[in-house]
Amino acid sequence: MADSKIKSMAEILAAHPLFAGLDREITDLLGGCATNVHFADGAYLFKAEEPADTFYLLRGGDVALEVSMPGRGRLTVQTLHPGHVVGASWILPPYRWRFDARAIGSVRVTGVDATCLRSKCDADPRLGYQVMQRFLPVVAERLQSTRLRLLDLYAPPADVGRAL
Amino acid sequence: MDPAVVIPPQGLDDLIGILDAQGYEVLGVRETDGALELGPVTAAADLPRGRIEAAEAGSVRLVDGPRAAFFDHTLPMQGLKRVVYPAQERLYTTGPDLVAAEEPVEAPPRAILGVRPCDLAALDTLTAVFEGGPFVDTRFRQRREALLLIAVNCMRPAATCFCASMDSGPRAERGFDLAIDELIQAGRHVLVVTAGSARGQEILEQLPGEPAEEADLRAAREGSRACAEAQQRRLDEGVEGLLKRSYDHPHWAAVAERCLSCANCTLVCPTCFCGTVEDRSSLDGAEAERWRRWDSCFTLDFSYLHGGAVRGETASRYRQWITHKLAHWHDQFGRSGCVGCGRCIGWCPVGIDITAEAAALAASEGRSELSGEEI
Amino acid sequence: MTLIAADPATAAAPDTGMLPRPFEVRARRRELADCVTLEMAALDGRPLGFAPGQFTMLYVHGVGEIAISISGNPAEADTLVQTIRAVGAVSRALCELPEGQRLGVRGPLGKAWPVERALGKHLMVVAGGLGLAPTRPVIYWALANRDRLKSLDIVYGTRSPDQILYPQQLLGWSSAEGLRVGITVDRASEDWTGRVGVVTDLVPSMLRDPAETVAMVCGPEIMMRFAAQGLAAAGVPQDDIHLSLERNMKCGIGWCGHCQLGPHLICRDGPVFPYPAVRDLMTVWEL
Repeated sequence: MADSKIKSMAEILAAHPLFAGLDREITDLLGGCATNVHFADGAYLFKAEEPADTFYLLRGGDVALEVSMPGRGRLTVQTLHPGHVVGASWILPPYRWRFDARAIGSVRVTGVDATCLRSKCDADPRLGYQVMQRFLPVVAERLQSTRLRLLDLYAPPADVGRAL
Repeated sequence: MDPAVVIPPQGLDDLIGILDAQGYEVLGVRETDGALELGPVTAAADLPRGRIEAAEAGSVRLVDGPRAAFFDHTLPMQGLKRVVYPAQERLYTTGPDLVAAEEPVEAPPRAILGVRPCDLAALDTLTAVFEGGPFVDTRFRQRREALLLIAVNCMRPAATCFCASMDSGPRAERGFDLAIDELIQAGRHVLVVTAGSARGQEILEQLPGEPAEEADLRAAREGSRACAEAQQRRLDEGVEGLLKRSYDHPHWAAVAERCLSCANCTLVCPTCFCGTVEDRSSLDGAEAERWRRWDSCFTLDFSYLHGGAVRGETASRYRQWITHKLAHWHDQFGRSGCVGCGRCIGWCPVGIDITAEAAALAASEGRSELSGEEI
Repeated sequence: MTLIAADPATAAAPDTGMLPRPFEVRARRRELADCVTLEMAALDGRPLGFAPGQFTMLYVHGVGEIAISISGNPAEADTLVQTIRAVGAVSRALCELPEGQRLGVRGPLGKAWPVERALGKHLMVVAGGLGLAPTRPVIYWALANRDRLKSLDIVYGTRSPDQILYPQQLLGWSSAEGLRVGITVDRASEDWTGRVGVVTDLVPSMLRDPAETVAMVCGPEIMMRFAAQGLAAAGVPQDDIHLSLERNMKCGIGWCGHCQLGPHLICRDGPVFPYPAVRDLMTVWEL
């Protein structure tokens, strides 16, 4: 029974773009740390400052990464969509979330126990390196997208132009 | 081609007389306020006989030459550009109904006496710009077609000349109605006149002269060859590729240390064609005139793009000018934008030399491997 | 030193190069706080036919003239439709022209989007901010030629939800059969339930078959650079990625030299370019 659960979880993980193509051995290992979860519209997957002990592979629905600002309400920093990963702060100390992650509509995710995965990575650097190779592009892509938005490309020219 | 004719120096007055009788306004090189300018001439005596330019980077001064030649000087401050493409002209006038009344083109028949081969080449270059694209500038064309071009082949270069390396002189091969070689040898002073068109031939036949001897024709060609050899400056053929590789060259910052962004080079350049269009309205706003005037890539607002200038720094503006002239012109108009007249060198107030800047770029292409000791 | 003669066919054409034709504003619609759409009609009885991607020079009496891309339907030649953002003196004056007012029009000018390359393929329109205006004629064209395309998808990014251009139309297109419209904004508050993120992130997930896709991209230059990079990285052939560039234009017909980008005169050689023709130029400092 336990075996078949791990097996189907490994298949789910292998089907997600983040882990597609990983060695079967590794997805099996990861499967031991994973559970499927559902979040209702508006529910929080996690909130800023909470311990980053579970990250999510988004399989259905959308998730907004938010930050609350006094006087401005909740601001959406970025939205995440099926195929994306929700959460990268679990990789490095202090293992705490930086933003709120809130479900927009009904959300289906596979949660991965980060504490469990961290200890497996620590014990097996080969696994750790492969997991890093999967997460670094995610972080790099978000950095690039953040840089592009930092440029405020669509700002009215009057706000940003070089005065004559 | 019909045989060339040899005329005595005073034949120049006959030539001017014939042109005048045919209804041409005759423009030639005149000394005005210490500089050579293209202006009306009514007699050979108006020409700067015996005068030559002592030109160097940042300086053009008129001095007495070694002999009493009519054409030992080289170039007027500006070429034919302002004749065919006025520094400013009204294009049309319109009221609020937006029915535009085009300004008639002033294109009286003009004879230009003493066009240098580089300026003839520059006229061709401008023609490619204004008549060679999908739209033909008929205002330019009418003025150009009203010109009778009397070329003078150069017998001495100014220190700033480099037409030989641009294949645009010092001898005119075509593009003229008449061409003159001025020969002064062993006390004999004559002008060898060749026709380059039917109109030129018709005029040549009215000139008081003798058919040219082979010796005179040889002397004329020899004079051109010697003039080419005497040129001190040159641009190398590889300059187009060099500039296209040099967008990020550190040398641009070094030029910008000296360049005043004053636009003198673009004003004296016989091919710089950039212009702008602006509105001039009557006080009550009822009438508006659209004026076209010369512009320069050295001004900040030239590259204005909603909210700011694309080329904010002098370095990028100088790079734009020289790279357009020597490299991108080939892509845009199938030829170099430079004819080697050297005006930009002489008339630059700080003496920036297009040939020297190209050489400096070539000397160090920005990245170099360090040798053992330098590491 | 040969004289270059113009092509006889061109030379025979009437020289109206710099002369505008009188048009009249028939309708004026505010799109965004600083942005209006004008519908104009020719007063000389000659409607201005155009190809998607072309632009006109719009002249306001006594103020001046600027280049504006055409954003109307190429199949409806009687009405000239252009969306204008009030930025400088002329564009502000254009945005304030009331219905019935006259203005001068030259054009259509410039090279069009090569829509014929998209026949039999997937067409993806990638637009950022006001870049939706110059690409809208392609969308009209594509909607009229749906059966000749494998698909049409629109990817649109802008600053914030209130800056979305043509929102009703985007909504309408998104409910059209087989047509997908992806919209993303750079920033949003919680009342926005759509995507927040940069438009280039959206591109790869919307590509159907990259090798069989033709992309038309218009927006701020850096957005186009990254969008083209992303399209190419996903496998769209570089020659099938087209961008519409912008520089200051004074004449619009290749005489004034203002709109140069390296070897290109954007008014004459563009504004639409295949990506490889401009890829390396877009990264050059102050070119």
